[in-house]
Amino acid sequence: MDKMPGWADAVLVPLISLVLAAILSALVILGIGEDPIAAVKLMVSGALGSTYGWGYTLYYATNFMFTGLGFAVAFRAAMFNIGGEGQAMLGGLGVAIVCLVIPWPHWTLALLGAMAAGMLFGALWAAIPAYLQARRGSHIVITTIMFNLIGAAVLNYMLVNVMRPKGSMDPATRRFDETTNLPTFQDMFSTADAVVFRGAPANVTFFIAILACVLVWLLIWRTRLGYEIRAFGHSETGALYAGISPFKIIMIAMLISGGLSGLMAINNVMGEAERLVLNATEGAGFIGIAVALMGRNHPFGVFVAAILFGFLYQGGAELALWTNIPRELIVVIQALVILFTGALDNMVRMPLERIFLRLRKGTS
Amino acid sequence: MDFLTLIQILDSTVRLATPLLLACLAGLYSERAGIFDIGLEGKMLAAAFFSAAIAALTGNVWLGLLAGIVASMLLSGLHGLASITFRGNQLISGVAINFLASGMTVLIAQDWFSQGGRTPSLSGGARFNPITLPFAEVVEDVPILGAIYSELISGHSILVYLAAASVPLTWWVLYRTRFGLRLRAVGEAPEAVDTAGVSVVGLRFAAVAICGILCGIAGAYLSTALQAGFVKEMTAGRGFIALAALIFAKWRPWHAMWACLLFGFLQAVALRYQNIDLGGLVIPVQVMDALPYILTVVILAGFVGKAIPPRAGGEPYVKER
Repeated sequence: MDKMPGWADAVLVPLISLVLAAILSALVILGIGEDPIAAVKLMVSGALGSTYGWGYTLYYATNFMFTGLGFAVAFRAAMFNIGGEGQAMLGGLGVAIVCLVIPWPHWTLALLGAMAAGMLFGALWAAIPAYLQARRGSHIVITTIMFNLIGAAVLNYMLVNVMRPKGSMDPATRRFDETTNLPTFQDMFSTADAVVFRGAPANVTFFIAILACVLVWLLIWRTRLGYEIRAFGHSETGALYAGISPFKIIMIAMLISGGLSGLMAINNVMGEAERLVLNATEGAGFIGIAVALMGRNHPFGVFVAAILFGFLYQGGAELALWTNIPRELIVVIQALVILFTGALDNMVRMPLERIFLRLRKGTS
Repeated sequence: MDFLTLIQILDSTVRLATPLLLACLAGLYSERAGIFDIGLEGKMLAAAFFSAAIAALTGNVWLGLLAGIVASMLLSGLHGLASITFRGNQLISGVAINFLASGMTVLIAQDWFSQGGRTPSLSGGARFNPITLPFAEVVEDVPILGAIYSELISGHSILVYLAAASVPLTWWVLYRTRFGLRLRAVGEAPEAVDTAGVSVVGLRFAAVAICGILCGIAGAYLSTALQAGFVKEMTAGRGFIALAALIFAKWRPWHAMWACLLFGFLQAVALRYQNIDLGGLVIPVQVMDALPYILTVVILAGFVGKAIPPRAGGEPYVKER
């Protein structure tokens, strides 16, 4: 018998965790001598008060959806893939190579090519840790951390020594050709007499991220493979008895996970920067962990949590612009969300379970 | 490469290996007791900031060191609360601690000093200054040995010697004391320790506390001895290199020292030479940066002797199971 009804597990626990994280964040803002209510107002008006703000919020949310989904798929198979950052970095490299080398006639074709390259590079960067975990038992957390750091070195080398245009000091590639530039929300939704989303980076990849959420949901809950992934994640020995190959599940889950993180590059590299720069990922791979944990590793939860984090990111940028609160406040909020929804989950869950048990005893 | 250059590189190896060694030993206590800790980086960062900040405000580096240790231990306590008391996921807790430290240090630094997330530069009594060992000046002119003693062994800050001393101390505690035996047992078979009537929770909290102290010293060393003040993200992945060294050393104290010296040497070489030219074959600096991580993956893969972590590592202990 479950100790708690499903809705409490899916909604109430994350909500309480979020409220706790918010209260602590407010205390932090008070502690540095600023007004939390004014800060929230500024964040809301800055991130949601205009189509420009929304354009940034949804741009960040797109990044976090990809990395959040990536983390969630691996976590369903009990793999703690902390390497989303490195996989997204390598995805960026793949997208950049495809965009720079091939003369694309139209952005739709370029997008398809870039998606394939981003996924391939991200998946390859996840494949080595996955193989080592499945075949040699090397702990995936440590290997993926190492691969994040190795990935940063690879990117640094490629940008400084190989892909940088001659005469440029900036460690970045040249701009991609105009035919590869993706339509932004401004191009898509502006009418002749009203320009919306002016200058904001949100672009067509937002819809690909939503499609990815739907596809991941179908995969995890509506296919045989998804069932096997979940079964393996619940109990490795149980899955083994059921004839599920651990090697196959670890490899497939990690390849999908890395591919999704790598796919993020179509948004930040191809959609926004339109060239590859150092630190293009800006930590989105790690935010994916917070997003997935908050979203309970469910695609719909990831979608909602990604929008929330997009709001926090854009709101935090506005705060840094207009007040003395540095952008790092967002990192603190992110840490608190990870802490409460992930590590201190039982602190919220145990008392709640007790309350529900008492309620049930009262009715029966 | 002449002798003096070699001595200088080895000298900077010792400097760079010290924070790694302290953090590595910190991780060793924690992981030997069955608590995985990927939050070494965050604890070092928090300690680096608070020791530099308090040293800057009071002018006394010892108070700074104390503040660093307290900050690091608070984060350790949080890790213990999450992973021991509430049986949460130790990895997630570590990730959260890293972000918490990374954000809070800049936030508080900005609030206290308004210098874009740094502390003011430290000087004089607010820093750990090099100490000259006895006779260092006398033997300076003796060929080879004199240079080794006066340049390489003498002239470091007290924390370097402390780190060196903590290696045999850790060995002695782990392998020659009752506490050490129990600590190792609780990381391998907590149920056996529990059956013997020893508190698993108590032992694990003790291990996590020692981890906090050592990370605190490591962080204080970074900002008050190696450098003169705190800069945003100044740990620069050292916590992860220490973690790598710990695996490299297969969770043993003496091996940890050699692993840290090796990784410190790689850092020292990367710092001194940008690209290394081996007669036509140029090794780019990025390879030197990535080498500790690549070596760790190779070790983990078990191609050069398998690294097997403590058996109960990462698992919260539930009495009734």
